[in-house]
Amino acid sequence: MNCAGHGAKSEREIKTPMSDGDNNSLCLEELARTGGRWLCAEGPESDIVVSTRIRLARNLVGYPFMSCADDEIRQQLVDSLRKMITSTELGRNFQFIDVAALDEVDAQLLVERQLISRELSQSEGPRGVVIGNGERVSIMLNEEDHVRMQLLDSGFSLQQCWEQVNALDDALEDHASFAFDESLGYLTACPTNVGTGIRISVMLHLPGLRITGEIQKVHQAAQKINLAVRGLYGEGSQAMGDFYQISNQVTLGCSEQGLLDNLAEVVPNILGYERRVRDLLCRDNRANLDDQISRAMGILTSARTISSTETMRLLSLVRLGINLGMISDLSIATANELFLHTQPAHLQKLCGGPLKTPERNEARATHIREKLQAS
Amino acid sequence: MKKCRRCSKPATLHITEIHDGHAVAVHLCETCAHEYLENEGGEEVSNPAAELAAKLEALVSDDDEESQTCCSNCGISFSEFRAQGRLGCPNCYVDFRQDLMPLLENIHEEAIHQGKRPLRSPGQTEDQARLIHLRTEQRDAIGREDYEAAAELRDAIANIEATLLRSSGPGNTDD
Repeated sequence: MNCAGHGAKSEREIKTPMSDGDNNSLCLEELARTGGRWLCAEGPESDIVVSTRIRLARNLVGYPFMSCADDEIRQQLVDSLRKMITSTELGRNFQFIDVAALDEVDAQLLVERQLISRELSQSEGPRGVVIGNGERVSIMLNEEDHVRMQLLDSGFSLQQCWEQVNALDDALEDHASFAFDESLGYLTACPTNVGTGIRISVMLHLPGLRITGEIQKVHQAAQKINLAVRGLYGEGSQAMGDFYQISNQVTLGCSEQGLLDNLAEVVPNILGYERRVRDLLCRDNRANLDDQISRAMGILTSARTISSTETMRLLSLVRLGINLGMISDLSIATANELFLHTQPAHLQKLCGGPLKTPERNEARATHIREKLQAS
Repeated sequence: MKKCRRCSKPATLHITEIHDGHAVAVHLCETCAHEYLENEGGEEVSNPAAELAAKLEALVSDDDEESQTCCSNCGISFSEFRAQGRLGCPNCYVDFRQDLMPLLENIHEEAIHQGKRPLRSPGQTEDQARLIHLRTEQRDAIGREDYEAAAELRDAIANIEATLLRSSGPGNTDD
């Protein structure tokens, strides 16, 4: 099975682009073929830090939260927020996607790319997302709050992410008022987000700590200082491929800068810990580690059918092997892209249509072999 | 999650003490809370145990009076909020404030906002709720084809919105 040739046949524009008829219309098939700028592995510490993401939760003054908003109000919210975003200088070239009109695979594709949450993809009623700046900006409309704006960047770049999302927030505030209370800050549907409405998440690849079982200590230490450790797709998701998201839990009683400083202090410690563990593994267990990494590469280059879970596990070892210099003919960016492109929705997009699990496993193995052979 | 102030277990009971007119939050695990209540002469006890027990009862009971409090704007009750974990509108923070504060103190470091403020004030939280009221009334008026009332409500909404957007002062002028 060859995935490469099928995509172009079913190209379809995303519904209701911001500027109808212009050249900016995103194409989901086009999107599926790319890796996303945040996966380019060019940011600081990108051997371990995959991405930095900051999101702000906001609600428009004068509207109920989502649990009390019927479809008519939800539609009003989508319409006015979409108009508001395009009115800003920053949002002029952003593109709107009507999530309510997407089929399951298309919605899942956006989840896999971290552009929308699972909640937004699975909820009902009028809702959407505005995407811009090479997928680094995404603004979810009618998720748990009216507005969830996020800035996603490659590597460890807390301050840069904050400055950009803060500028976006300022730009939106020029056109609308967000619900705010003098003592409680920005008001959100769930009290866990009230105050700053900020969630700062740093995505880390920690195979060394997982292999040695030390990851539990990271969990315990993080909990003590009010940081959450979650899986690849946030709340409730497992740590597939040894990816862990470290994020703040507290949003009230501490400034945005205070929360950023907290992560800026903690994350380098975790990076140092992972690097020390990798050094120890190389020193005391190099033959065994080399064997595991080589076997992983061997399976990926020759398997004819492979599940998503096995792929993630093996790719994690390959990514570690690249960082340790045990694999020299593959880049981190390519490994990152493989993590994304072997996810179910991406795979189906790349192959041009819906696939059942056995077909997907076959297509996944083919895609990986082709990609590794080309590298 | 807050830790018990006496041991390292997670705090499950949250008591607000009043000292010289100032509210002080006390977070305790279940075991320490029992000791706390029994120790009337203890350093932390400023109110009679019976009074504190009543407060705790009010905090942990599922069908207490506070749970039946409804938001005057969206109508959801505090127990509905506890069941679904989501508030109905910004005004819930006003009407449920007393019940929400222990929860906020439990989830967050402190229950006072320290971060960014809007470039312009969106007005009092109560005023923000009025806009929601007017929108609901406008929709009802359209539903019963009372277009005169709907037009008046539309103008009232537009006036409030214009005022909000015109407010040029920074949100922290009160500080």
